[in-house]
Amino acid sequence: MREDDPDIRWIESPELTLSEQLYLPLFVQGLTTTVRHWKKTWSEGPVTVSYPDEEPTLGNPLNYRGVHRLNRDEQGRVQCVACFLCATACPAHCIDIVAAESPWEDRDKYPQSFTIDELRCIFCGMCEEACPVDAIELTSLYNLTGRSREEMIFDKEKLLSVYDMTCESEPMRSRTQEEAR
Amino acid sequence: MSGWWILVTIKVLIIAAGVMTAAAYLVLLERKLAAWIQDRVGPNRVGIPLTRIRLFGLGQPLADGLKFIFKEEFTPAHVDRWLYWAAPVIILTVSLAAFAVIPFGSVLPSSVGVEGERPIELVLAPGVDVGLIFVFAMGSIAVYGVILGGWASNNKYSFLGALRSSAQLIAYELPLGLGILGVVAATGSLDLRAIIAAQAETGCWFLFSQPLGFVVLVIASFAEAARLPFDLPECEQELVGGYHTEYAGMKLLLFLVSEFLHMITGAFLIVILFLGGWHFWGLTGVGEEVGWFRAIVRVLVLLGKVFAVILFFQVVRWSWPRFRFDQLMAFCWRVLLPLGMINLLAVAVLWECFISQAIWPGGLLAVSVAGWLVFGLSWYGLGCLRPTIADNRPALSLMPDDIDWQV
Repeated sequence: MREDDPDIRWIESPELTLSEQLYLPLFVQGLTTTVRHWKKTWSEGPVTVSYPDEEPTLGNPLNYRGVHRLNRDEQGRVQCVACFLCATACPAHCIDIVAAESPWEDRDKYPQSFTIDELRCIFCGMCEEACPVDAIELTSLYNLTGRSREEMIFDKEKLLSVYDMTCESEPMRSRTQEEAR
Repeated sequence: MSGWWILVTIKVLIIAAGVMTAAAYLVLLERKLAAWIQDRVGPNRVGIPLTRIRLFGLGQPLADGLKFIFKEEFTPAHVDRWLYWAAPVIILTVSLAAFAVIPFGSVLPSSVGVEGERPIELVLAPGVDVGLIFVFAMGSIAVYGVILGGWASNNKYSFLGALRSSAQLIAYELPLGLGILGVVAATGSLDLRAIIAAQAETGCWFLFSQPLGFVVLVIASFAEAARLPFDLPECEQELVGGYHTEYAGMKLLLFLVSEFLHMITGAFLIVILFLGGWHFWGLTGVGEEVGWFRAIVRVLVLLGKVFAVILFFQVVRWSWPRFRFDQLMAFCWRVLLPLGMINLLAVAVLWECFISQAIWPGGLLAVSVAGWLVFGLSWYGLGCLRPTIADNRPALSLMPDDIDWQV
């Protein structure tokens, strides 16, 4: 291998400039950065959110993927038609539906039981995207806790109750989009 | 005679309790300062025990101390029992002993104490003429604690950490000594109180007349206290725990507290030797005749300066990157040692001229200006020489005829 071979690229480490070699200007620069951050924290406050004394602000609650809910339609019935699209789309296989013949005339099927295991769920939102009737949605409730594994398996009544809890503060996405149009 | 004993006992109690409490609260200050620099809050939950009053986290050192006390006193089976036990004891004893000659103020008014005798000095051991050498001796014995801690742990990595740490500590004792030699030559005394008195009389702190010595001493103090940027022996990312990997509970607390005591001792030395000690123009007066107000002002000025230097130590920890070990040693031998010797030479020449009034009839101003000139020129000259860049790769030739016989 010759030293002037055109295929070889010789790389040397970059030379220190004089101010870098003198160290002192860089010392001052480092100290300036530190003191600037210190003053910023004293004047504007820290970045920390003191949970549970302060609640964090969600960037966009409409996009936030929190606890699921089953929507009701205008007549108060459950909107889900048990088409199994969400259960098929779920990557974690946490949705379990048992379909039955619906007691209402304008629908073929309705879910006799609809359970979501919130501990298996990865909160990806695929079920919300897959649903053709906008029955399942993810709310902006983030602080979900439970004291047992059984408690965290949400059945239909629980999911509907989440809807009842949040339908005022977070209207249904489909209706919001229709009103926007 | 018994009055003397009472006085010594009171001083010992105040210094020991005060210094240990100060070390504990400086840990809290370091954590809060680190948090503010990193846009966080820091410890703010532990206040008065058994209540919910938060008090800005001031109870945190108490909680930490209780945690260490309640931890299990575990001695691993594979360690050298006596040395494992002795190492933290040595290092803490010696770190505390160094405070015996450090003045915390100047004197109490003559009204306190015995009529006709000298006023009571705010030093534990007032008459020690070689105070500075005593402090350095205690610092050198502390290296024993480090080496024994690593050796007794019966752990290759602890031992490596102890070797690196002790190499750093011993190497940086040389620039530490050279930094103070300028001050000692200018003052003619090793006694810390006499050094402060010399600065107070002329009103010119040695920071202004010997800046090169100041810089050398500050950098060497950082290294002696094993603070960043000379942090390599103890940073977690590099060597797990270094020499205190195998320690837990009270013994680890002794190691950590002694590290903080080294920092406090270094800060005291910097303040006393270069920043004028308890002296402040217009506030503290100069001589030994003081009233109660002046005595208290002197103590507060000294402690305030030490606090400012410690703040500087702690802010620096989050400002500069760490030295690699070979860079660390190269910095000591190739940069600080020549600078220290230049400083000694300059001080000897300049102060001789000043004292003998041979060349410069002008006063301390000329010496100071010359001192700053020496500082700037030598620092710039050393920067141009670039001694810390070492490319010790062997210069191998890539020609086909040379490859075989080189390796």
